[in-house]
Amino acid sequence: MTAAAFDADRAYRLHEQVALRPEPFGALAYHYGNRRLNFLRAKELVTLVESLADHDSVQAAFDAARIDPRRWPSFERALASLAASDFLVPDAHDAHEGAAA
Amino acid sequence: MTLIEEPRPDNLVLSPVKQSGLAEQMKRGLDAPICLTWELTYACNLQCVHCLSSSGRRDPRELTTEECEAVIDELQRMQVFYINIGGGEPTIRKDFWHLVRYAVDHGVGVKFSTNGSGIDAEVAEQLAESDYVDVQISIDGADAETNDHVRGEGSFATAVQAMEHLQAAGFEGFKISVVMTRHNIPQVDEFKAMADHYGAQLRLTRFRPSGRGADSWEALHPTDQQQRELYHWLMDHPDVLTGDSFFHLSALGEALPGLNLCGAGRVVCLIDPVGDVYACPFVLHDEFLAGSVRDDGGFQKVWQESDLFTELREPQSAGACASCGHFDACQGGCMAAKFFTGIPLDGPDPECVLGHGEEAMDSVARAAVSKDHSRTTVVLGRKPVS
Ligand code: SF4
Ligand code: SF4
Repeated sequence: MTAAAFDADRAYRLHEQVALRPEPFGALAYHYGNRRLNFLRAKELVTLVESLADHDSVQAAFDAARIDPRRWPSFERALASLAASDFLVPDAHDAHEGAAA
Repeated sequence: MTLIEEPRPDNLVLSPVKQSGLAEQMKRGLDAPICLTWELTYACNLQCVHCLSSSGRRDPRELTTEECEAVIDELQRMQVFYINIGGGEPTIRKDFWHLVRYAVDHGVGVKFSTNGSGIDAEVAEQLAESDYVDVQISIDGADAETNDHVRGEGSFATAVQAMEHLQAAGFEGFKISVVMTRHNIPQVDEFKAMADHYGAQLRLTRFRPSGRGADSWEALHPTDQQQRELYHWLMDHPDVLTGDSFFHLSALGEALPGLNLCGAGRVVCLIDPVGDVYACPFVLHDEFLAGSVRDDGGFQKVWQESDLFTELREPQSAGACASCGHFDACQGGCMAAKFFTGIPLDGPDPECVLGHGEEAMDSVARAAVSKDHSRTTVVLGRKPVS
């Protein structure tokens, strides 16, 4: 159930009940709330996810992370899927109003 | 390449890995286990015929409360997200609730398996309050008759009462766990209805010839026809959890969701009540003993450096299954099931859906292994002495 579609112009952050564990392939992510496990299969993705909270939008995080724009679509899909399973949540310091249900 | 694998929300269950990259990573092992089972005690108030740990009596050398806390501290440092606590009946340990709280306070989530006897209304309410604790109620039949035949008189009523307490307390999504046998496979729909009724999640796992199950396996393991039915049923019910335990059935067609590999010593392991670390909960045998949390260097050293785990993470030969077109999905099945039926570890699973397991079992001298097995259970003091 995707209450609100993922929007790269908005700010997101890791859900506070999500833990990341570094692994050779990237990281394992575990959500203590819904008890799901996710695999972040690129180190750059892990760095990006961790940096989201410092930026006003996902797009700004992309720019700062210096990820090759050709790889943006696959990273964006990954973030959208993390948001869909509640691993990422819209951040309060989002310029837009209203959070996902 | 997908950057994220979205698993079934279960222990070691990962989404189908078609491009095998992740599976290959897993085979080489992780810095810490994903799925760690900790059997806190072998003491139990029941005597199930299939019990994988031959539980009954408490071992006097059980880890003390302080030792358990030290293990939890270590798991926290290694960022083990959660532990599966089983037994025995773990709630029998006097410090059980203390240890659960200790783990949760240290960022280690807990899922514990119980026959229900420890869950009264008050406990259920406390459990419902914590996101970090999950409960799994084990049953073996969808009615008292089928269940109590295996688990003993009154055990069904105990389990149902625990479920009612959990439901009344608003604990959503607790697990109802069933080991699939010849007698209860016909009841899968009833189990599902039961789980839906209680707002629980159904979890079905494979019956393996380990522990006391070794003696009853021949009579209780599913028939070929039942295996096929179960495969299709699981395909039709993707919301039912399996702990990735039926991957040998993936040889029947499209792969079941999951990682489709034996996780023993790679992503899975077991700590027993005296602190011994085994490759998985179903291989409680000297051959799969990697070390002890009581050794210098503790659990971390066993996980990261023990000879056994290092060996299990090396590329394994496909052996007799090498020419099988289903090897990618089935991987030759379960190491524990092979070991306890006397089949070489690079042979086919005893329940190989192509029937190769039968042949393999016929061609080995089973007696040797069963003798060895009972000797070991005595040495480890695990068999209730009567
Ligand atoms: S030995 Fe069997 S039960 Fe244990 S991890 Fe391997 S496949 Fe699973
Ligand atoms: S021959 Fe081996 S790989 Fe093929 S289905 Fe049987 S157990 Fe699986």
